[in-house]
Amino acid sequence: MTAARAGTRALSAAALAAVAGLLLYGFLATESEKTVGLMLLGAVIAVAGGIRSGVLPRLVAAAGAGAVLAGLGVAMVVLVGVFHDDPFVLLLMSRALLVLVACLGLHVQLADAGVPNFAGAAFFGIGGYTAAVLGRGDLPHPVVLLASGAVAAAVGSLLLLPLLRTRGHYAALITIAFGLLFRTFLEVNDTLGGPQGLKLAGLRVLGWSFNDDRQILGVDFSGYAFYCLAALALALLAVALVRRVERSWVGVALDAVRLDETASACFGISIGRWKIAAFTLGNALIGVAGGLSAMMVGFIAPNNFTFQESLVLVSILLLGGLGNLAGLAVAALIVIWLPEKLQPIQEFRYLLFSVLVVLVLVLRPTGLVRRTSRRPFGSVAA
Amino acid sequence: MTGTGQLLVCHGLTRQFGGVVALSELDLEVRRGELLGLIGPNGSGKTTFFNVLTGLFPPTRGQIVFDGARLAGATPQEVHRAGITRTFQRSRLCLELSIFDNLAIGAHQRLDHGLWFNLLRRDSLADQADTTAAAAQELLQIFDPPLARRLYEPMTGVAMIDRRRVEICRALMSHPRLLLLDEPSAGMTADETNRLMDDILEVRRRFGDLTIVLIEHEMSVIQRVTERCVVLNYGKKLCEGTFAEVAANPEVRRAYLGLT
Repeated sequence: MTAARAGTRALSAAALAAVAGLLLYGFLATESEKTVGLMLLGAVIAVAGGIRSGVLPRLVAAAGAGAVLAGLGVAMVVLVGVFHDDPFVLLLMSRALLVLVACLGLHVQLADAGVPNFAGAAFFGIGGYTAAVLGRGDLPHPVVLLASGAVAAAVGSLLLLPLLRTRGHYAALITIAFGLLFRTFLEVNDTLGGPQGLKLAGLRVLGWSFNDDRQILGVDFSGYAFYCLAALALALLAVALVRRVERSWVGVALDAVRLDETASACFGISIGRWKIAAFTLGNALIGVAGGLSAMMVGFIAPNNFTFQESLVLVSILLLGGLGNLAGLAVAALIVIWLPEKLQPIQEFRYLLFSVLVVLVLVLRPTGLVRRTSRRPFGSVAA
Repeated sequence: MTGTGQLLVCHGLTRQFGGVVALSELDLEVRRGELLGLIGPNGSGKTTFFNVLTGLFPPTRGQIVFDGARLAGATPQEVHRAGITRTFQRSRLCLELSIFDNLAIGAHQRLDHGLWFNLLRRDSLADQADTTAAAAQELLQIFDPPLARRLYEPMTGVAMIDRRRVEICRALMSHPRLLLLDEPSAGMTADETNRLMDDILEVRRRFGDLTIVLIEHEMSVIQRVTERCVVLNYGKKLCEGTFAEVAANPEVRRAYLGLT
């Protein structure tokens, strides 16, 4: 019986991953804007139909979230194999994955603990600049990436005092001010390259340089293929981390702090402790993503980390549905990929995002996918 | 009445909001194991007393001594750790969360919140979740057995009356020594109120050393379940004693019935 159940699990996960993989493949492979539009329409109808008819939720439930995650991971690896020598597509995939990691950080802060962060791009930038400065030295690059997260978290702690004394709009304003200050600071700071920015050394792990194209088993791989795999590994790790945080007493405490500070305080929950924990963990995730992203692109400048970019990150959260990881992933894909694929809208991307976010907030305030309640994590319940 | 008989002693407790004196020179004691009724007209300072006691509004003046420890000026968290837990007049459950989550919030103090434990020792975490779920179900069984079967359902689908019950269960999850109930029966029919009070008495029987302060407007309830009452009016203590004594007090009759 357990073997049969494991079989159903694997089959459901494989089916989901195959469909998702095919969709992504079609989207990435096509060049024509008309096809992209049609595919998007088809995907929306398919997903909406799948949810309405109950097929999609049942498949996900049958597979279990872990298996679905693994399936999607495999699908992405296959896609990397398929697009092995197409740097543009690989870069697009990597960027979506790294933005997803950054949004996971924001998710812990805003969706779990209720701490707004409108300086996401700034913390992404702190990770990038840390990687730029430390990456030149002799430190092993995995350590540099960890340092990117640590520095972002440490700089974020500067904001803790004002953040703990405010909430809502006022807390949001503090992060906005920080984001603006950060960019100004970079522009006048000559050690960090000023407005011209800095060049970065490529990621190098155990002597393996990620920047070099390579031939493996007779197949040419663009260097971006390896970055994409690294970004995928980071994203899977981040998703697993966030899911574990949420399905634990920490998640319960964060929810309590977000939903009712007064009642939480009366049950001994330290508001400050959990806001600090969420803000720090979130910034660390954003920082690591920023570090890897900077190494991949090879160049960073203050202009990459504007307030607008922070807004894009937050809008991904709202679009996907605050508190839902699946929605977050879908929203990250839409927001990062669509403008690249539909060149004519590139100029108007911010306008379109704004319209999209407003439309979602008006028509579907819960976002594309609604927040689901915490699955029990006891052994009896599971 | 001996010194060890007192669990909570408040002396000269005063709380001002600008020019408004919500609580004025209140001397009040709660004896170990009793069920004390706190009554008084609307705006007489009953809820303010709870808010001051639980650290939400620190007292302007006065002393609070709980089991020998000074609590005036303590944070809500410190008050909770000392063993005082409350419910709220207007339900403050987290409606987005499940019944289990809400009850787990009540058990916060006893749960392990270490990062290592929560992220990596998932088996031990599952064990702790099982223990917590069992404790939650035991409490829900007392108040409303059908609720115990809906442990993982979101709070939004739970009827108003059951929400009050869950809120009391959440407070009990922390194993308080002093439980403050702020109008638990608000919005209930007479039958429902009676059942709720029976359940509260049942809980008190099971948790040997539970002391309760109950704010309540329904006099028949006060008469039935409390051993002693304190009457507040304009933030001051009007009188105290058994229900019969209090009900016979002319000042109380004047405050409540507006008789002159």
